[in-house]
Amino acid sequence: MGLAVFSLWHREVVRFLTDRSRVFSSVGQPIIFWLLFAGALNQSSFRPGDMSYGEYFFPGTLAMIVLFTAIFSTITVIEDRKEGFLQSVLVSPVPRSAIALGKIMGASTLALGHGLVFFLLAPFAGVPIDLMSGLASFAVLFLIALALTGLGFTLAWVMDSTAGYHGIMMLFLMPMLLLSGAFFPAVGAHPLMAFLMAANPLTYGVAALRYAFYGAGSEATLGLPAQWLCLLVSVAFALVTFSLATWVVLRRSSKVAQ
Amino acid sequence: MTVAVSAEGLSFSYGERQALKGVDFSIEEGRVHGFLGPNGSGKSTLFKILATILPIQGGTANLLGNDLRGDLRALRKRIGVVFQSPALDRKLTLRQNLVYGGHLQGLRGAELNRRVDEMLAIGRLSERAGEKVESLSGGLRRRVELAKGMLHKPDLLLLDEPSTGLDPGARKDLWSFLQSQKNLTVLFTTHLMDEAEVAEELTILHEGEIVAVGTPASLKAEIGDEILEIDAVHPESLAAKIEKSSGLKAQIFGSRLHIQSPKAQDLIAELMREDRQEVDRIAISRPSLEDVFILKTGHRFWEGSEEAK
Repeated sequence: MGLAVFSLWHREVVRFLTDRSRVFSSVGQPIIFWLLFAGALNQSSFRPGDMSYGEYFFPGTLAMIVLFTAIFSTITVIEDRKEGFLQSVLVSPVPRSAIALGKIMGASTLALGHGLVFFLLAPFAGVPIDLMSGLASFAVLFLIALALTGLGFTLAWVMDSTAGYHGIMMLFLMPMLLLSGAFFPAVGAHPLMAFLMAANPLTYGVAALRYAFYGAGSEATLGLPAQWLCLLVSVAFALVTFSLATWVVLRRSSKVAQ
Repeated sequence: MTVAVSAEGLSFSYGERQALKGVDFSIEEGRVHGFLGPNGSGKSTLFKILATILPIQGGTANLLGNDLRGDLRALRKRIGVVFQSPALDRKLTLRQNLVYGGHLQGLRGAELNRRVDEMLAIGRLSERAGEKVESLSGGLRRRVELAKGMLHKPDLLLLDEPSTGLDPGARKDLWSFLQSQKNLTVLFTTHLMDEAEVAEELTILHEGEIVAVGTPASLKAEIGDEILEIDAVHPESLAAKIEKSSGLKAQIFGSRLHIQSPKAQDLIAELMREDRQEVDRIAISRPSLEDVFILKTGHRFWEGSEEAK
């Protein structure tokens, strides 16, 4: 089990690193996003205190990096299952749970790697970062990565086509990111929006990231759910999606192999 | 002899469509056994069930003493599967592909390296071990697939359309290698008559049912007689006439008559004498596997594939 998980994880990382265009695009794209939004919305009013929008959007960009990495590394599951590498995994003695675990750990590692590159921009964004807050935010980021990759894996596994997955991505995953507090706070939003944001588990992940950077009681975390609640929901989110991912792999329905 | 693979009343449906209609078979250890059938004959479904990726819906199947409805992990360690569709990582090197494949089988360290080197040498792939799979030709990729499937020394090898993308030379190599493996049971599916000829034993499938079992030679010998093919101007009337005069049954496929006869020469002579203007073309041949298929099903081999589409 350990060897299989390690191997699947390793493969995921090696595959990514040998694909140079993927490395550049996945690191560059969030940076461009962040620069564009930070520049365009610099004077916007929905930010706490005298924080610049670039600073406000910084933890949000981290969540976005993780979400995109999760999507792009799990979308291959759809094709791979019908023909490709996953077929040979399915006929090997590897336990089904190892398939989900290896893939999720691999994709989460990639997400963290991307996050690390973006972290280097923290001083330019004005985000206070030291060893403690760096480590804390990394731990939170890892939790978010596990949760979102688990979610991506589950969706990809039950999906028949990549086109279908794109639909789900636009209808479900993107709104989840937009309504997570990554782009704008719940405070001052339309009540319906505020309700959706409170119901969105990713909201708590993004909030937990803000707590990791600024600590409780800071101006930057005003109006967010309590820190303990954020951590609790994030852990639960990761556990639930991981269990779902394992469950869908375990189902040996006839649909899987058609 | 020990039985390596057996099935009883094995059936499978995709929704309404029944792909396997209760098949029974038994394959002895160490044999090279082929499943021949046109597309839509159920052979791919059967392959997927035996490869443990489709669950059993009806009946039973047993591989190497393991019930396919039971725990599959022990069994999966002892089977090698090579799919028709590529199961390699194109972006990774040949060696990386084999190493990851080995990990999935629980191989590691020095033993894994030794097995990878061994399989690379057997497949004559050693020199290209560091190249990415995407740079290899179809035939070479196929060899990598096979090397991956054999890495853990399986007792049973399952091959789905093994010659896909192989040139004749590579195909010959493949089969001479497989036949040289002692105690290895090989089970393959194919829709190619000439590939089916390499099987020591053959099961012919049609529309989800087994229509014939035997060695290719015995199946053809079963027909015994020679085969006459006649392209007729008026096939129906000529068939009726032949049946009346000689008692031989003529199967009609479009404008072609297909007759199995112990005295084909006499029949040709008679036709030339009396119905020369009715015949566009006439051919005499020893029975082929296709004739076996026609005899058993009443269909031409490729008709089945068109129906399936």
